[in-house]
Amino acid sequence: MTLSLRKTGAALAAAVPAWLAAGAAFAQEVAAEAAAEAAPAAVPVLNSGDTAWMLVSSVLVLMMLVPGLALFYGGLVRKKNVLAVLMQSMFGAGLLSILWVVVGYSLAFTEGNAFFGGFDKVMLAGILPDTLSGTIPEFVFVMFQGTFAIITPVIILGGPADRMKFSSAMLFVSLWLLFVYVPVAHMVWGPGGLLLGDGVLDFAGGTVVHINSGVAGLVAAIMVGKRSGLGSENLAPHNLVLTMVGGALLWVGWFGFNAGSALTAGGSAAVAMINTHIATAAAIVSWSLTEWIIRGKPSLLGAVSGAVAGLVVITPACGFVTVSGALILGLIVGPICYWGVSGLKKLFGYDDALDAFGVHGIGGIVGAVLTGVFAVAAIGGTGKSGLIDGNAIQVWIQIKSVAVTIAWTAIVSVVLLKLIDLTIGLRVSKEVETEGLDLALHGEAMHD
Amino acid sequence: MKLITAIIKPFKLDEVREALSGIGIQGMTVTEVKGYGRQKGQTEIYRGAEYAVNFLPKLKLEAAVDDELVDAVLEAISTAARTGKIGDGKIFVQELGMALRIRTGEAGPEAL
Repeated sequence: MTLSLRKTGAALAAAVPAWLAAGAAFAQEVAAEAAAEAAPAAVPVLNSGDTAWMLVSSVLVLMMLVPGLALFYGGLVRKKNVLAVLMQSMFGAGLLSILWVVVGYSLAFTEGNAFFGGFDKVMLAGILPDTLSGTIPEFVFVMFQGTFAIITPVIILGGPADRMKFSSAMLFVSLWLLFVYVPVAHMVWGPGGLLLGDGVLDFAGGTVVHINSGVAGLVAAIMVGKRSGLGSENLAPHNLVLTMVGGALLWVGWFGFNAGSALTAGGSAAVAMINTHIATAAAIVSWSLTEWIIRGKPSLLGAVSGAVAGLVVITPACGFVTVSGALILGLIVGPICYWGVSGLKKLFGYDDALDAFGVHGIGGIVGAVLTGVFAVAAIGGTGKSGLIDGNAIQVWIQIKSVAVTIAWTAIVSVVLLKLIDLTIGLRVSKEVETEGLDLALHGEAMHD
Repeated sequence: MKLITAIIKPFKLDEVREALSGIGIQGMTVTEVKGYGRQKGQTEIYRGAEYAVNFLPKLKLEAAVDDELVDAVLEAISTAARTGKIGDGKIFVQELGMALRIRTGEAGPEAL
């Protein structure tokens, strides 16, 4: 095992620039150590170190939604709509958590067909304190996965923010959880899932979470229609301090998301953590520099957006690439997502209000595809190789999984939104939109 | 010359502006105001405690117009701003004694 890994490391050193290989050589030891640890564990045994880490990771990912994403989005809207945005995250966290425990988990993570699991674990039936999932209690796994399931649909609502009815938004995220998130999670991670069988590399959910929600955000933004006053009124963020605080909480929480996705407290979590950090750092710098060159000034909003783009791009790759790979991903994604929220949006004229697609969709696609380029077996283990590790076909497998996800989420989202539009309507009246969603929909407002 | 002051619902501003430029009105002043009339106000609720907001946000439009345009302006504003529901607002017409364009020094109707 160790010998073959060393061979791979040597081959790498010959094939790629020396500084790339230096990272691989370091990580190879980590992977070898992890493999040695894993080998004797034929019968699953609870590991208290893993369990402790996954308990913490679950809480970190919850923090990404409330208050992380809530504040990040809340600061970006106008003052009259900020409470409505926070409410979507808070109520959404409650509603979606219920759905996850009642039926979502079972449909995503039990045996079924290639698209859906079964109903065996409805209401977490049969799971007891000593039921294990790998080396951790299954309850912890349910909780950890639940935090992913509740943040993903709420990311979508950045696209149609400022104009979607609260009732329609909550109905949509509920249906979307069951008919888009659950099957895509099952396809990528669940037993017998369609894409898992293909050998797609998605360490922490670049496909399931970010491409999925980003594309749905675009669909929702288009179907709900543009904000009134777009292009003629000042729709600028009302408080970038909130956005920066929210973005920073996302950064911290994302270590639970990415390093937690190792599901163990070992070398794999360690590499995911350092990769997450360096890609984020690189994307902050690359987005800001892009803006500095093009617009003449680097903005705080740009730096925070860069951080989120970096976190998104490294999500599928964090457990499979070298630190050099992570650095490259971060540097690449900054300018691309900068274009996603400016040039691309202008080109097609849609109103993705808070750039759910521009950052999560575009960043997710870039990350998923480039995971197929930069993955090396020395980091992710045998079989987890990309283009630079001599496995060019992986790029195609990644592109295929991106295409399947985009098609699924786009088509089902269109159908769900159309149904809601025909029944209770998607959009608030112009009067409510002008007055502000806070007072009109929630009977409360920000006071000076 | 007359000074026309209209209190309207904020979301009707675009329609009113378009209607007025459609009949050749070249300028107006818009102010965000608060007030109340028959439409009493709104209620905010904080943990069970109701909190009456007596003054509602409205927009105040002011336009100085030539006498012969007054009827057309009243028609344009009232058509564009009407929803038929309580709180559509009011229009007031006052005599205007003098108008002066600062840049050129023109006075009277030429200044409008």
